[in-house]
Amino acid sequence: MTAIVHEPHRPTQTHAEVTRDVLGTLGTPSRGYYMALFGAIAMFLVGLFTFVMLLKEGLGLAGYTPPVMWSVYITTFVFWIGIGHAGTLISAILFLFRSPWRTVVYRSTEAMTVFAVMTAALFPIIHIGRQWIFYWLLPYPNARFLWPNFKSPLIWDVFAITTYFTVSTTFLIVGLVPDVSAIRDKVTGWRHTIYKMFSLGWTGSDNQWRNYSKGYLYLAALATPLVLSVHSVVSWDFAMSIIPGWHGTIFAPYFVAGAIYSGIGMVLTLLIPLRKVLKLEHMMTDYHFDNLAKLTLLTGSILFYAYAMEYFVAWYSGNAFEQTTFWRRAFGPMWWAGWSMIICNAFVSQLLWFKKIRTNLTALFIISIFINLGMWFERYVIIASSLSNDYLPQAWAVPAVTWADWGILIGSFGWFFMYFLLFARTFPVVAIQEIKEMIPYPRKHGGGH
Amino acid sequence: MATKTVPGVLASFLQVDAAVDAITGLKSKGFRDLTVYSAAPNHEIDAALDHPISWVRLFTLIGGLVGCTAGFAMTIWMSYDWPLLVGGKPIGTPVPYVAIAFELTVLYGSLCTVAGMIILSRAKSLKGRAYNPLFSDDRIGIFVPCAPEQAPAVRELLAHAGSEEVTVHGA
Repeated sequence: MTAIVHEPHRPTQTHAEVTRDVLGTLGTPSRGYYMALFGAIAMFLVGLFTFVMLLKEGLGLAGYTPPVMWSVYITTFVFWIGIGHAGTLISAILFLFRSPWRTVVYRSTEAMTVFAVMTAALFPIIHIGRQWIFYWLLPYPNARFLWPNFKSPLIWDVFAITTYFTVSTTFLIVGLVPDVSAIRDKVTGWRHTIYKMFSLGWTGSDNQWRNYSKGYLYLAALATPLVLSVHSVVSWDFAMSIIPGWHGTIFAPYFVAGAIYSGIGMVLTLLIPLRKVLKLEHMMTDYHFDNLAKLTLLTGSILFYAYAMEYFVAWYSGNAFEQTTFWRRAFGPMWWAGWSMIICNAFVSQLLWFKKIRTNLTALFIISIFINLGMWFERYVIIASSLSNDYLPQAWAVPAVTWADWGILIGSFGWFFMYFLLFARTFPVVAIQEIKEMIPYPRKHGGGH
Repeated sequence: MATKTVPGVLASFLQVDAAVDAITGLKSKGFRDLTVYSAAPNHEIDAALDHPISWVRLFTLIGGLVGCTAGFAMTIWMSYDWPLLVGGKPIGTPVPYVAIAFELTVLYGSLCTVAGMIILSRAKSLKGRAYNPLFSDDRIGIFVPCAPEQAPAVRELLAHAGSEEVTVHGA
């Protein structure tokens, strides 16, 4: 007797249908797409204008208020770095775990990672004030024979983010090559010429697959520790100092869990409308969103625990400075940010225990917006709120948020969405080759698809 | 300069077991230099071809080792090149440099892996070998380089195995 096994991860199309369906996403864009793209460009232009004003007038336009000299820009930097982590988790770690549900969603999350890191990389440069000498951060021979201080976590961060960006981009491009060749073989004219150039001579020969499969596996293995290391290094930017609220050993795992949580939030924000706009409902099903929601629940619960531990450790340590910092997070002048973080992250994520919510895309989309907001507030609370009450009470101050902060923040979203939307119409957002790998070829006497 | 066509026979298969039968049959007749095209990697085809494991891993290993060494060497050398004594602490301290060495291990390892994939994939030139765009869609292709006088026998073998289309090139 043959058992009928329900395999929701296995695509129902044939090989040819997969190519056709994904190719369909690259056709003439709809009006909704153009509206979204123009909206993103408009937001980017707001950021560009603000940046030009910052260059002209200086950082005084931003809301830096001593002692809070790391505020909205560094908050937004950490936010965007965190967003990228879900992409690498889904594309590399779940690849090594042979998790089948990742196949449909990993390409768009990988692209999201690259664009999020590109966005994040703007912020240290904006924040340093004299952007034209940003290369002073890099170790190169200079006139005074000085080298960077490699004991500083800020320099570790330069290396961590440069590596993360390079490896994520490489991983994305390598994964795209076989898919681009499939498109090359279907289109004509100038599009054929362009896709032919990007396909790097790929034909899908046995020798190419043999080296590709192994190379991709090793790339995934190398990218995997980056998921843990990059945000750990970012967390040490704070934890290595002695500011109350920063100096905690919990910071690295706490930041990594938060990064993955925020990244999946952004994945949901992007994919739920995208599947509708690109008509991918039959490929991205409730099954995939249910799994994404379960990952959100897991990482959200870890965050819940981390928040509770932070407060517990502050109380249990008996350290007056730590206790004051955490008391002020909840009941001080920035209480609204502290409670936004706890409600949006710790409590809203717990709604995902219910399957009805996990498979309701409208509910998931709304929750994802809360996650994005909550995770931005989390970084703002950690950075700005901690700095606002350090060891000298007479220096305490609440940071201001000016139009220049808002302008750059809005511009960063525009910059990110603009790249993502352009990518979604130019390259396949669903991995053709990996989906085909899951579909058995037909056999002489039946079977296969 | 126009690429010289490699003489041979190109067959297209819809069924994977037919392609595997053809590969097995060709190898038993002494044809070793086959090129098999497919839209995705397939274990049955890999098993029939029985290629040795890819050497990409060597590139990854060398890249990783070079990156790790470069990370420690750069940080330690730069620390002693301009020694700054702070609070009596050691000048060159390998523990914090692990972060840099780790990142460079991953960076060099990844870039060398990609270089290895490109170099090894190009090691066997596909120039002049026949190709059909359907192979990136849903067909499996087998190209058998052979002299024109061997082509009829190869064609017969491929058709018998279940090929849906066989064409002779460069005859």
